[in-house]
Amino acid sequence: MQDFLDIVALSISVSLAATAVATAISLPIGTALAVFPFRGRRSVIVLINAFFGLPPVVVGLVLYLVLSRSGPLGFLALLFTPTAMVIAQTILAIPIIAALVHRASERAWARYGDELTSDGATRLQAVPQILMIIRADLVTAVLAGFGRTVSEVGAVILVGGNIRGLTRTMTTAIALQTSQGDLALALALGAVLVGISISISATVFALAGRARSAGSDEA
Amino acid sequence: MSRFRNVLALAATIAAIHASLAEPLSIILASTTSVEASGLLANILPQFTARTGITVNVVAQGTGKALDTARRGDADLLLVHDPDAEQQFIDEGHGSTRRQIAWNDFIIVGPSADPAHVKGGSDSVAALKAIATSQAPFVSRGDKSGTNAAELRLWKIAGQTPDVLSKEKWYRDIGGGMGQALNAASAMDAYTLSDRGTWLSFNNKGSLIVSIEGDPRLLNRYDVIELNPGKHASAKLATAKVFADWLVSPEGQQAIGAYQVNGQKLFNPSAGSPK
Repeated sequence: MQDFLDIVALSISVSLAATAVATAISLPIGTALAVFPFRGRRSVIVLINAFFGLPPVVVGLVLYLVLSRSGPLGFLALLFTPTAMVIAQTILAIPIIAALVHRASERAWARYGDELTSDGATRLQAVPQILMIIRADLVTAVLAGFGRTVSEVGAVILVGGNIRGLTRTMTTAIALQTSQGDLALALALGAVLVGISISISATVFALAGRARSAGSDEA
Repeated sequence: MSRFRNVLALAATIAAIHASLAEPLSIILASTTSVEASGLLANILPQFTARTGITVNVVAQGTGKALDTARRGDADLLLVHDPDAEQQFIDEGHGSTRRQIAWNDFIIVGPSADPAHVKGGSDSVAALKAIATSQAPFVSRGDKSGTNAAELRLWKIAGQTPDVLSKEKWYRDIGGGMGQALNAASAMDAYTLSDRGTWLSFNNKGSLIVSIEGDPRLLNRYDVIELNPGKHASAKLATAKVFADWLVSPEGQQAIGAYQVNGQKLFNPSAGSPK
């Protein structure tokens, strides 16, 4: 039972950490792509959207080679640690959050951009206001990122190593229990994972609903 | 340039925080899946940790992958079971000391309907020949693990090479761990070679039964291998040696021998008299 709680706690904390880091990186990127015109912007947008479907196992493999003792960042001794899992999940979450933030920012910029910069304000000064306008979409973007991180197995099993009590998450534990033929236990863990996903989705709807009604009050 | 220096400083800080958070005494043990999946390590490690304060973090992989992990410098100690691959690892200069800690045996398991008519025998090679002749489905690990290597050695004696086998429809290379192979064999009513430890602790046998056992060629030896400090200076070799020494000590051997699943002993300690 303690094992079980440890696994659930590790899964959630690793994914929360990854989502937090990914959000901090993706918010400015997503909004900047909408607000600031620059050469190659189109390509960056296409690339970020393409990385939506980045295979976790590929991210895991590349990160494994980079973090390995014989790899370029081997001196950090991060392979087979929770930190390595956070890095892997952050990489997976960034494109999703950045792409969703960009789409929402683009819409808001098209509608309010002139207004926000009409009184001499720079585009940079408009960014916080854009973020304020799209706050409901931000919630969706962040929770979509969290959903991606908490449910993936391919990357964390490679860079985490599925070490009992250290790097065993719900998804890697499910893989292990299945391989030991303990299908009932694997299914129980799967149920918890699905439960978390449903809670996330319910939270998204609740928050989005509240933001919508708040928006209509302003109007 | 100063930005680059900042990034380096940040990385160094993260590494320092990370190192201070890590447990003071812990090693990475790259092991075969069978000692993990059978529950052996989960059972004996608490005893070792209680005595020494050293945490052993187990990364369970097939023997081939475990050896590769150590080659890259990502493990501090090895617990594996493929004599030929181990010898190669030592010949390459990666390993220093190799000691046998225990043995058990491989078995051929198969569907109780027994389409190849091999049930109850003890000649593993004759059984493989019969399976090939009857074209009954056979699941191969296909993952360069110790069990996979043992399987291919037996097929070779039976006159079959991997190249020929891979073209056969009845020979199903699943590229997975022992548990996955047993799950697959159970689902496909296929034969497969398994280590006895994983088999005894496996909970999804379906119609699978032990078809062949007792062949001397089915001996399965587990070795602990320490790394060569000349090649792996960054590994925690002194701490790793404490665990390796404990495994072959009377206390460690007693712990290995005492581990049972459903009243059956899974591993025979053999540090004193290697097989």
